Formats: sequence, structure tokens, C-alpha cells
Amino acid sequence: MTTQEKAVVAAQEKAVGTVQEKAVVAVQEQAVVAVQGRAAEVAAQVRDPEMPMLTLADLGVLRDVVVRPEPEGEDRVIVSITPTYTGCPALATMRDDLVSRLNDAGFPRVEVRVVLTPPWSTDWISERGRAALREAGVSPPGPAPRPPGPVALTLGQTRRAAPACPRCGSAATRLTSEFGATACKALYSCTECLEPFEHVKEI
Amino acid sequence: MSDDHGSVYDGLLGGDSSQWAFGTDFEDPLAGVDTTVPEGTDAALLAEYCLMLGDDALIMSQRLSEWCSRAPDLEDDIALANMALDLLGQARLLLTRAAAADPGVVPALPEGSPVPAEDALAFFREAGEFRNVRLVEVPNGDFAHVVVRLLLFSVARLALLERLQGSTDAVLAAVAAKGVKEVAYHRDWAGRWFLTLAQGTEESRRRLLGALEALWPFYPELARTHPVDQALAESGAGVDSSSYRDEMDAVLDQVFAVSGIDRPEGAPLAGVRGRMGRDGLHTESLSRLLAEMQVVARAHPSGRW
Repeated sequence: MTTQEKAVVAAQEKAVGTVQEKAVVAVQEQAVVAVQGRAAEVAAQVRDPEMPMLTLADLGVLRDVVVRPEPEGEDRVIVSITPTYTGCPALATMRDDLVSRLNDAGFPRVEVRVVLTPPWSTDWISERGRAALREAGVSPPGPAPRPPGPVALTLGQTRRAAPACPRCGSAATRLTSEFGATACKALYSCTECLEPFEHVKEI
Repeated sequence: MSDDHGSVYDGLLGGDSSQWAFGTDFEDPLAGVDTTVPEGTDAALLAEYCLMLGDDALIMSQRLSEWCSRAPDLEDDIALANMALDLLGQARLLLTRAAAADPGVVPALPEGSPVPAEDALAFFREAGEFRNVRLVEVPNGDFAHVVVRLLLFSVARLALLERLQGSTDAVLAAVAAKGVKEVAYHRDWAGRWFLTLAQGTEESRRRLLGALEALWPFYPELARTHPVDQALAESGAGVDSSSYRDEMDAVLDQVFAVSGIDRPEGAPLAGVRGRMGRDGLHTESLSRLLAEMQVVARAHPSGRW
């Protein structure tokens, strides 16, 4: 064989190897994707400990579920979550719940990671989540404010338009306090049906 | 195990620690977050800077939480506790970040102690090792006092956090981006109550002016350049404290104008040979605060919580 021929053979051999390798990798990747999908499904169904009408996925705190195949031993499931508020004490419970639910579903190796950027926004609460909040008598948040430049001081009563009463639908509602039973809620009361209600505040 | 939190008694009986209200162990709040020190930034200085911002939040949080069950109405009691919690969250991340940048800042504990770095920093440092400004440590007074203290504090902290969002340190930038949203609510709460008390009764106005006069000497320290923040500002990881003094003044003047109150004229509280809170020079009230805050943790340096 001439040098040229040798080069052609070598290239062909390399190509064959690559195709085979590619096929193997593709099968492996498919398997990982399937496992990943199953793990993500389990994680998405875990509920928020403070607002149990919402799943972590609906609340928008579940950021990512990845499965890392391990050559020896069980696959690792890496779940990323983000806190709603920096001091949110429910984060530890979310972590425990994710681990235990995934363990129960046949994933013994679970790692929960905290993601800080981008910061959580109420805009990430899904449509289904908003409906679930309304159903439970909690007023869902409006669009989060994104004003350019420095944050303006608001000495008026509130920076949001009064939310409708989740019970009777009346627009005649009054802010009781910008801070509620959990870090993410404000307190309102309806002046029509006189019921107090919680509003998830926009951040 | 499940995520059914219906019965706390299951946890008591079964010994499954995950059934306790919020779990029993607080793991590293920065688990999985990249804590590499940015290029061109001195790790030891970055740690000191994080202690400054973290200690401000921690001590302010402690003073706010002392208000729990003492506010004039339930809503404001809850509001004060919420703000204490937000700041505690910021403190946890900042102290953990300080320890990750320079493990040398963490006090040594008995071998085998399970106390995480953030707790070691909060509960096992002496008053002279805290780097907070003195505004946050003075004892609580009446309701007007907490309104004024929170206004001065959050005006400065919001101005700082807005700028810190551009930090070259990924953790500081993230803490700041989240903190801006939280502290904006704190500043509004304090501003509204300031206005309400100023325009309320003769008595409420008298108390507000008294609190303002008492706390005003601590205001300048909030926007005083320290060599540490200056160095960090030069490297792009921090913010020079005096760079937002004008913005702080402008926001406060807005509140004063609406409230019909003149800007106080009291002189700044002096340091000792130039040393102030950021240098570990504090009023005696910090020692008293720490005695109460730290006593249980110090009695059990190998305790598991």
C-alpha cells in the first residue's frame, strides 16, 4: 500500500469505529434520557411544604433534574432547586422531601443542589399553579415589577393594584399587611364578603 | 417516608428526622454553588467583606427578632419577624461564603464538632471579631425606634445590594440580586411607618423625633469607606461604601420631605483612634446581645441540633 492508501484505510477504520461508538453512545444516551424523564416526573410531583396546593414544579423552584450514570453502582440523580426567599426555612424540607420521594421511586443516590441565579420570581409560578392557588383561596401574584434603574421608594399603600377577592371575586379589597404567615405572602381582606385572604406577593 | 406533613407525631415516634417541622440539620446553604474566588480578588479580603455584610444582616436580624410578640399589632409583629428571617437568610449565605473564601476566619471548635462554618462564625466569635456597623447593635427602644433604625439600615442596604448585583463574585452577585427584592419591601415598610408616625398624633411624632435624634449619629458609618470594601471595589467584587451616600441621602430626604421633618444635625458617633464597627470596635450592647444569642451554642460546642 502506498502512504496514501494507508491513510485512506486508517481513515475508514476510524470512521467505522466512530459510527459504532456513536451508536453505543446513542443507546446509552437514550436510556439516560428515559431515566431522567422518570426522575424528573417524580421530583415534579413533590409538593411545597408551606403551600401544599402547589408542586415544586408549579411553584417554579424546581430548576433541573439530571441523571449521572455511574459505571459502578447506582445512577446519581442531581436535583437543583432555588429558594423563593433567601431565608426560606422550607428549603431544607423541600430537600428532604425530594430525597425521600426519589428514594421511594427507586433512586437511592440523590443529591439536591441550591441554585441562586437567576433569583426566583413569582413569574415562574405556572398557570396550573395559579389556578390551584385561586382554588385554595389564595390570590395569585400579578406580573413581577421589573423597573429599570434604582428601586423607587413607595410610600403610598402598595405598589400593586388591589387583587380580586379569591372567594367572591370582588375587586373591593384592602391591604392589611405586606407581610403574611410565610415570607412570600401579603395579607388582604375583602370589603364585600369581609373574608381575609392571602396574596402571593410579586417579586 | 413521604412528604405528608400531616402528623408531626410520626416523627417523634418513628425517629425519622425528616419528619421534624423543617428537618433537623441545616446543610451547607451553598451546596452545589460555585464558590471559586474570582481572579484578581484576594480571598482573605473577600472573606472579611462577606463578614461585614453578613454581620450587619445577622445582628440586625437578631434585634428585629427580639420584637417578636411585642409589636403594637399582629400584622406588624409578623412583618418584623419576616424581615428578620430575610436578613437571617442573607447572613447565612454571606457567612458561609466568607468561610468558603477563607477557612481561616472560622473559629476552631473541638475535634469532631458537627457545627457548620456559618454557625461557628455566628456563635463562637467574640464581639471584637464582629464587623457590623454599630447602628444594628444598639438595644431596641419603642416602636418608633425600630421604624427609624430599619429605615436607615434598609436605605443603605438596598443601595449597596443594587450595586453588588454586578459583583465579579458569583455568590455575592446572587445574594444581592435576591436581597434587592426583599429589602425593597423592608424599606417601604419602614418608610410608610415613618410617615404614619410623623403625621399621627403629637405623641407619635415626639417619639419618632426622639428615635431619629438617638440613631442619627450612627447613620454616617453606613456609608463610610473602609480599606476592605475599597480594595474589593477595585477588584470588582465589592462596592465602595461611600459611593452610594448621595443616593441614601436622596431617599431619606424624600421621606423627610413628605413627613415634614427636618434632616437631623447631630454629629456622627466617633470611633476610638479611628476604629469603628467594621474594625471590630463596638458599643457594649453588642456583647450583651451576643451573650444571649450565643449562650446555648457555646454550652454545647459538639452539640447536634
